[in-house]
Amino acid sequence: MVFVLWGVTVAAFVISHVVPADPAAAALGNNAREEQLQAFRMRNGLDRPMVVQYGVYMTRLFQGDLGTSLHTQSSIAADLRQFFPATLELTLVAVVFAVLIGLPLGMLAALRHNRPPDLLARVFALIGGATPVYWLAILALNVFHERLGWLPGPGRIDAYNLAPPVVTGLVTVDALLAHDPVVFVDALRHLVLPGLVLGAFSAALLTRMTRSAMLEVLSQDYIRTARAKGLPGTRVIWKHALRNASLPILTVLGSLFGSLLTGAVLTETIFSWPGIGGYATSSAVSLDFPAVMGVTLVAGLAYSVVNLLVDLLYVTFDPRISFS
Amino acid sequence: MTTATAAVRTAFTDRKSNLRRILRNPGAAVGLVILALLLIGALLLPPLLGSPLLQNLDVRLSPPSAVHPLGTDQLGRDVLSRTMNGARLSLGLGVAVMLASFAIGSVIGLLAGLLSGWWDETLMRLTDIFLAFPSLILAMAISAALGPNLINVMIAVALVSWPTYARLIRAQVLALREREFIDAARALGGSPARIALRHLLPNSLAPLLVQASFDVGSAILTAAGLGFIGFGAQPPTPEWGAMVSETRNYISQAPWASSTPAIAILLTVLAFNLIGDGLRDVLDPRGR
Repeated sequence: MVFVLWGVTVAAFVISHVVPADPAAAALGNNAREEQLQAFRMRNGLDRPMVVQYGVYMTRLFQGDLGTSLHTQSSIAADLRQFFPATLELTLVAVVFAVLIGLPLGMLAALRHNRPPDLLARVFALIGGATPVYWLAILALNVFHERLGWLPGPGRIDAYNLAPPVVTGLVTVDALLAHDPVVFVDALRHLVLPGLVLGAFSAALLTRMTRSAMLEVLSQDYIRTARAKGLPGTRVIWKHALRNASLPILTVLGSLFGSLLTGAVLTETIFSWPGIGGYATSSAVSLDFPAVMGVTLVAGLAYSVVNLLVDLLYVTFDPRISFS
Repeated sequence: MTTATAAVRTAFTDRKSNLRRILRNPGAAVGLVILALLLIGALLLPPLLGSPLLQNLDVRLSPPSAVHPLGTDQLGRDVLSRTMNGARLSLGLGVAVMLASFAIGSVIGLLAGLLSGWWDETLMRLTDIFLAFPSLILAMAISAALGPNLINVMIAVALVSWPTYARLIRAQVLALREREFIDAARALGGSPARIALRHLLPNSLAPLLVQASFDVGSAILTAAGLGFIGFGAQPPTPEWGAMVSETRNYISQAPWASSTPAIAILLTVLAFNLIGDGLRDVLDPRGR
């Protein structure tokens, strides 16, 4: 994991330095004079050899310093601290939706194999896996916010509500900590649409994997044995089948994280969500490579942590697996 | 001689029966039909429909009619013409990206599987690194740096989608390289390159084909996503993602303008996913 993360820094660094683009010109605009560009490069260390730049970057990284944004001239670590919680909150809600929809739907499909519920689940999985998330977002906002008025529009809370003091950065949690039920409910309502939209693709994939994992397990002899010895159906399904089907499902949940981040970039654009996706987009537009690297590192770290958690959960679900 | 002919014949009929099995697979058949319709539309319709760039503000945001079967957008451009021209771009892009990542992934996977030891370790760690990379962000950065256009989008998406192939083909090579026919090829004096390209690669194709089919769809989805946030083809190019983005503010007045390209993306990705599922059902021996 450490090696992969180190590799991510090297790869991101090399890629951001071999591309024929001039961050100085991007930051200062087309009218900047050559002396100004030179001064900017010197101030940000861009005139030094790549290896030296990398050395400086890594030394600072170990001190928790991700560098300074070329565009905003503020600390990238501080920027990320500000934007990451919003994405985390949105992603967590999306995962909850994905599990709440995908798991039961996939199980139902497997238990009613080749019957209407199964067909429904398969169509949902196919359509959900092919729908462009931004179109879904536009549609959802149009229908549920503009036409029906059931749910609030873009943003994390309504404009007339005061944001709670930042403790965790997760507005819902901060609202609870500030004993502010009005803001808490408002924040929750704002999470529903972007969470559902972002979770739709994951829900589709999870439905599919749960269905196939359950189908595989349900055809095993030990399930027939469990049924034959008279165990109640629910017990067979939850304890014998689902538990044995949980490993592939867990693996998919871990790998979903990457697509969630991709989806977050697109979802955040439409819901004006002040998260890491919007930050990455504006950083990329302004060729702010230190900031893009910061986002990449955080995303790589999150990906690795999630997959480590999945590995650890394997042990909980399957006692045959152990890490010595 | 007779056995050899028989073997060739079996292989041939096997391939034919595979094709028949794919066509008989309902999902794959639906996918192939959608794809065929899209291809026909993309090839035949654009010359008949007039320029996708032709503006006519008199008919802006007009609903579907005889002249404009799928309506017009905010500049009075024909939505069907734009969508079909976009199909040319997206299908071409999807296939090109798939071929590129297939090529990169195969080379790395073959090398890792064949050379083993230190090389294997290094190449596979490289693959892990690229898998941990947030692909859209990398693609955004690459396309921003090289300049937002379709070619750079293809480079960016290919750069982030090869690792799956590398992993798949390495696993195949590891399983195949101890087999007798590889020993035989080696005993006959086949060079490593020949063994890799003539024996290992063709025999590893089944899972790669399945992956390739899914990949065309996901490349189209990613490229359209990049187009949507402005990192891909630039207006007025009729690229699907860019079209959805350009028309998103008119969703209430003219839902056809943004929904047509979006549904085109959906159907295309769906078609490739269905074909991929069908291929897996037919080619994956575990599924038989």
